[in-house]
Amino acid sequence: MPTSVPLNWYLILSAILFGLGIAGFVFRRNIITVFMSIELMLNAVNLSFISFSYQLRHVDGHIFSFFVMVVAAAEAAVGLAIILTVFKNRATLAIDDVSSMKN
Amino acid sequence: MDAILFLLFAAIAVACGINLVVQTHPISSALSLIGVMASLAVLYLLLGAEFMAAAQMIVYAGAIMVLFVFTIMLLNAGAEQRKGKSIIAKVLGVPALIAFLGLVSFLIQSLLPRSEEVKFGAFTGGTAQAIGKKLFTEYLLPFEVTSVLILVAILGAVVLARKEI
Repeated sequence: MPTSVPLNWYLILSAILFGLGIAGFVFRRNIITVFMSIELMLNAVNLSFISFSYQLRHVDGHIFSFFVMVVAAAEAAVGLAIILTVFKNRATLAIDDVSSMKN
Repeated sequence: MDAILFLLFAAIAVACGINLVVQTHPISSALSLIGVMASLAVLYLLLGAEFMAAAQMIVYAGAIMVLFVFTIMLLNAGAEQRKGKSIIAKVLGVPALIAFLGLVSFLIQSLLPRSEEVKFGAFTGGTAQAIGKKLFTEYLLPFEVTSVLILVAILGAVVLARKEI
């Protein structure tokens, strides 16, 4: 059993989580779950920012992932307000039923 | 010790991520997402990002997920209706996902062949002091712009949540 792991493994974990986020974004039909998949992708990107920051011994990656976090908070507030409005007008959370811009 | 912690929390993160995608009920997905965020906070600590680990727990697992859970409870969101899936998706979906992730792992391993070992305590530049110094000197303009962004987000949320729309 090795005592430490190479930095690659962190990047691979980040890629796996990002792939899972894409799968959830593409395959799920509930608008809230789709939104949570986006948050999962943002988290995966944050992990790779912090891994590269460790490798370069530089704190800039932390700042970038801090800004990602702030933007995610703003996005969650606006996105959930939009979801509330959609639900109020249409009484559904399925993204297949919200298709008035399709035609 | 580092390897054990990494493997344990990486396994928890991947298991919670898979659970997020396969659960039909949104509240189960939300709880899985909290598991992913908490285990990522431990990995941030292993990488020496102590301020980011704390912010991850407070902002993500605390504030943002409370918003999500609150919305799910408010809308009384039930389990999602599964439509009939195509045969191709049923047969090829999981193998294709595994093949894709294996390919990505192989690419990362071959593009960065000799990456260094991660040792806890080797990088101590992620303290609140260091981040604060950077944030208020070099990154002052983006920081101030971010405050405007948050203000706009609050106004947008208030406007969207009004009765008339």
